[in-house]
Amino acid sequence: MSDATMPPMHGSALVMEEARVHDERAFGFWIYLMSDAIIFSLLFATYAVMVDRTAGGPQAHSLFDLSYTFGETMLLLFSSTTFGLASLAIRAENKGAVLFWLAVTFALGAGFVAMEIFEFHGMVAAGAGPERSGFLSSFFTLVATHGLHVTTGLIWIVVLSIEVLVKGLSAPVTSRIHRLGLFWHFLDIVWVGIFSVVYLPGSF
Amino acid sequence: MRSLIDTHDPRLRVYLTGFVLALALTILPFSLVVFKVLPETWALAVVGGLAVVQMGVHLHYFLHLNLSASERSNLLSLAFAAVIIFMMAGGTMWIMFNLHYRMMA
Repeated sequence: MSDATMPPMHGSALVMEEARVHDERAFGFWIYLMSDAIIFSLLFATYAVMVDRTAGGPQAHSLFDLSYTFGETMLLLFSSTTFGLASLAIRAENKGAVLFWLAVTFALGAGFVAMEIFEFHGMVAAGAGPERSGFLSSFFTLVATHGLHVTTGLIWIVVLSIEVLVKGLSAPVTSRIHRLGLFWHFLDIVWVGIFSVVYLPGSF
Repeated sequence: MRSLIDTHDPRLRVYLTGFVLALALTILPFSLVVFKVLPETWALAVVGGLAVVQMGVHLHYFLHLNLSASERSNLLSLAFAAVIIFMMAGGTMWIMFNLHYRMMA
């Protein structure tokens, strides 16, 4: 609906209208996350079908290091919690704290991506790249799709931190941070699936 | 300089509860695999169960999903996605494992 067709609004009516629009956007974003969950579930199903198709190449057992995976898991779990602290800082209207917790979340997320890139590099260098077998193709597709999502989240954190710096904690900016929070917490849920379906069964 | 954490906000407790629960639900499955206290089939079934529980913990404590009326549309779309996932992911595995059984076994 264009502004021309809307009756002029003032004061609290405008605030309520803005809140309604932000609720709608959060719901729209939620629907995107649900469709993303369906994509991930199919990558999980593909992995489950392919996990024993190693074509004589390396098997899961020889490739995974559980303490390394546990470290990655901790980075993501801590980053999800620090994003929660950023959300609390928004409620307290504490701009400095918002920026601080977003920065901590970024550092933890960047640590996760760095660990994943290092892990992938080691596997490819050892001849266990995605082209080696059906198992490795599906492994790299599933885990790297999650890693790309986290990388997108990192870029998004930078963009919104700059917005907070420039525009302050205005209603549009905080509603964007809210949607980024949905995204970030969602990625931790997907990771729970990845360590439970890929790394733990592969290491038993 | 204001403190970085508003300790009066009741939601702080919610996030910290979620963190502690998620931590416990992560350490438990990892130790099940490391210490091998259960046979493989049982251990992996428990790992899967704990994963579902942990996903619920994340949804409730971090994404603040609950059974209230304001969350109904979020919950409904989650339920719809769960049905789709059950049919598409479950159906994929059913067909492929059945095919494997018929072709190879």
